[in-house]
Amino acid sequence: MVGTVSVAFSVNGRDVKAKVEPRTLLVTFLRENLGLTGTHVGCDTSQCGACCVLLDGRSVKSCTILAVQADGASVTTIEGLGTPEKLHPMQIAFNENHGLQCGFCTPGMIMSAVDFAQGNAEPTPDQVREWLEGNICRCTGYHNIVASVEAGARAMAKA
Amino acid sequence: MYAFDYHKPHSLAEAAALLEAHPEARLLAGGMTLIPTLKQRLASPTDLVDLGGLADLVGIVVDAGEITIGAMTTHAAVAHSKEIKARLPALAALAEGIGDPQVRHRGTIGGSISNADPAADYPAALVGLGATVITDRREIAADDFFTGMFETALAPGEIVRQVRFPIPLAAGYAKFPNPASRYAVVGAFVARTAAGVRVAVTGAGPSVFRLPEMEAALASSFAPQAIAGIDVPEDDLNRDPHATAAYRAHLVGVMTARAVTTALES
Repeated sequence: MVGTVSVAFSVNGRDVKAKVEPRTLLVTFLRENLGLTGTHVGCDTSQCGACCVLLDGRSVKSCTILAVQADGASVTTIEGLGTPEKLHPMQIAFNENHGLQCGFCTPGMIMSAVDFAQGNAEPTPDQVREWLEGNICRCTGYHNIVASVEAGARAMAKA
Repeated sequence: MYAFDYHKPHSLAEAAALLEAHPEARLLAGGMTLIPTLKQRLASPTDLVDLGGLADLVGIVVDAGEITIGAMTTHAAVAHSKEIKARLPALAALAEGIGDPQVRHRGTIGGSISNADPAADYPAALVGLGATVITDRREIAADDFFTGMFETALAPGEIVRQVRFPIPLAAGYAKFPNPASRYAVVGAFVARTAAGVRVAVTGAGPSVFRLPEMEAALASSFAPQAIAGIDVPEDDLNRDPHATAAYRAHLVGVMTARAVTTALES
């Protein structure tokens, strides 16, 4: 007998409680139930990384996690990083280095980069490229994305 | 995705009882293979039993001669473990090469070996090191665990608890990754132990397999040149759009030689 299950977790610092079908993906819940459409669905096959969010501080692909698996956890989406008035240092770095072309992959790139930068204050371009294995830019605008992540990591270390 | 019921047990016994009560249930570990499979409707379990609440299944214990890893330990935890990096760096490097960072944050060793994907990395480490799989019922030698393509010796409802790796004298892993998925087109794990040399190959065949001829040659002389003349027959190897069987056969020799070189440098 398939019904709904209760979930309770924190999203961008706000407590969220809901009843969901077990098959609801975390990304679907974020976008459709909470209206947090900054988290994008690119491939829907866990390859492109546009749906990256932080789950208890680590980057994960929210298209490959059930909402119920996040029960009790803390979720951070791109909306929770900064505000238009006060952007996160990684967001500023993507802006200043023009780390985007069409911008579709950018939210996932930034969430992945924030996770990476937590332990890498002075990354090399090779380390950044290796980390971004799971984030695909279909415009192939990687050069400036890598420069943005390097700058953002340095800025986060100083902040 | 078809609908299913969801259960999150708080003990292994509770998980086993749920599997017994729901014969069409599936265990959910990290979900990095199962959730994409459900999304493609390639599986339609009536129930998912999520092992994510079983803290007992998470952790790494290193003692004098062996490393024991809980089934729900993530690839990232293995890759970043200081003790594994110090005592068995080939295993840490193997874990670091699985998928991408986000997959490694979720994917687990227990899930990987239970799924037994023919191109997964961990089966090579288990068979290459002569590991032991510890379930809620018994211990299974790695040589007996992987029985075919996506097939294992696990009985219905049996749950992997831990994997125990003996620490070798030296070990190395080399793989030729699929550039998109990072699954092994061919991966070779080589271990030199007091009892001899083991070589296990993943990605090339329907399931991980050993190479006795190369093991014997490496036992005589543990150097990449020792296996230079040994041909691997392509007869039973995988063929797909990524690589022909002949190419895989060639890669087995190349990857094994590279794994030996890595082992010598470790």
